[in-house]
Amino acid sequence: MAWRPEREYRPAPPGAIGDVSQSLPWLHRLAAREDFWRLAVLVALALVWEGYGRWLDDDLLFPTFSQTVAALWTATVSGVLPLRTLASLETLAMGYAGGVALAAILTTFATSTRIGAALLTTLTAMFNPLPAIALLPLALLWFGLGTPSLVFVITHSVLWAVALNAHAGFRSVGPTLRKAGHTFGLTGWRYVAGILVPAAFPSILSGLKMGWAFAWRTLIAAELVFGASSSGGGLGWFIFEHRNQLLIAEVFAGLLTVIAIGLVVESLVFGTIERRTLDRWGMRR
Amino acid sequence: MSALPSSARRGEPMPSAGTASPLLAVRDVTIQYRTPDRLVTAVYDVSFDVLKGDRFVLLGPSGCGKSTLLGAVAGFLHPAAGTITLDGREVRDPGPDRMVVFQEFDQLLPWKTVRANVAYPMITSGRFDRRTALERADAFIAKVGLSAFADSHPHTLSGGMKQRVAIARALALEPAMLLMDEPFAALDALTRRKMQGELNELWEDTRFTLLFVTHSIEEAIVIGNRILVMTPHPGQVRAELDASGLGEADRGTPAFAQLERRIHGMLFGEAHG
Repeated sequence: MAWRPEREYRPAPPGAIGDVSQSLPWLHRLAAREDFWRLAVLVALALVWEGYGRWLDDDLLFPTFSQTVAALWTATVSGVLPLRTLASLETLAMGYAGGVALAAILTTFATSTRIGAALLTTLTAMFNPLPAIALLPLALLWFGLGTPSLVFVITHSVLWAVALNAHAGFRSVGPTLRKAGHTFGLTGWRYVAGILVPAAFPSILSGLKMGWAFAWRTLIAAELVFGASSSGGGLGWFIFEHRNQLLIAEVFAGLLTVIAIGLVVESLVFGTIERRTLDRWGMRR
Repeated sequence: MSALPSSARRGEPMPSAGTASPLLAVRDVTIQYRTPDRLVTAVYDVSFDVLKGDRFVLLGPSGCGKSTLLGAVAGFLHPAAGTITLDGREVRDPGPDRMVVFQEFDQLLPWKTVRANVAYPMITSGRFDRRTALERADAFIAKVGLSAFADSHPHTLSGGMKQRVAIARALALEPAMLLMDEPFAALDALTRRKMQGELNELWEDTRFTLLFVTHSIEEAIVIGNRILVMTPHPGQVRAELDASGLGEADRGTPAFAQLERRIHGMLFGEAHG
């Protein structure tokens, strides 16, 4: 092989190269944002809806987006829709809180004892596939026509999703993190609260999100089935009532409200929690 | 205690008059673990003493039970026979008096900043109040050179930095003993070598007692003042050697190479006859 000379260089000092990291133009930064694209999808969907509604030209079957928004505005200004929404949210909050609390108890029991784990897996396997709405006739019989029945079915719909996810999350906490917790001398509930819960937070949060969606779904369906509760009814009742009067734009407005609340909670509440926790902790890519 | 000779040979255990009672005493320890269908003996009849200020290395090929042994000292598992005593008290459970630094980078709590990670065990163990813990955390983060990253979360750090944080977290708690389970094994070679030097500097600075597991002969000599050479299946003691005269600066010297060869012979040579 031919002889080649050895060489040594002197690398340029950091200052001489200029800015090693530069900020991108605003268009690139905008395109990198997830919420920008989500907004774009929403606008596109609204446009498609409007276009299809105009082309079909049948207010009874498929009101346009603008008609729906007009109906939404009227119902909001008259105070009916906010009242119904509030009634729904109130019931929802009670059921959701109940479901999450029961899930917390069940999961803690399941992590600390073998029988608890068996109980959780068996109960979840039994009740998770059971649609909450199927329990409604029984609930009506037990708790009467009113909020308690709704809270019962919502609790049922939330409980299993949250418990299942939290338990799966606890079980997937890595051995190193567990040992680290033990080497700090943590035991019992301090270990659960200090290590397991935050380490399993991605699963717990996805359980909470799923539970939220289930709760909504169950609530609207239950209200559609038996209409008004004692407090005057919620969103489901609003939809049911207007369908009976063939005010389809109002029906759409009710559905749009359900969707809007879902989106707001998803992106604002859960989105904020995710940014403050999972993103900051590097648990989500 | 007599004055250390000014030549300051690295790694001499504290010279005490006559009877040095060991900080950690491992006596006739046999460790077994259960798989679903068999009982496996991982460590067989191992005894050794660690004195205060020792940098005691457990060295051996994979499968020699050195990590298992360290796990038993940490209290994660219990010997089937024999006793492990720390300061005269039998080791039963894991605890903050024997802080462990693991090989894996995920030993830091991802939901806490570097400072909070270092402070957390000091607070939960009740050994320091919150304010003192945070002050100590900052001091030890500075010792491992990560002051600029005190408010960062672990996922933004490199592997070497994460291990530094784990070391700072363990040292800040002033454990009776620091246990390290191949802490540098997952690092790249350059970082690894740098970390070995830094660990030695930290030892010069705070004189903690260290039990260190490695499968690298070189690392054992650089880090340790005593080396327990173990053979596999099940793990047994082959030799307990003195490496107190050899350290970082002696890499490549004849004495270093000779000890390296000697250990190499114990681990591999004899098997080939």
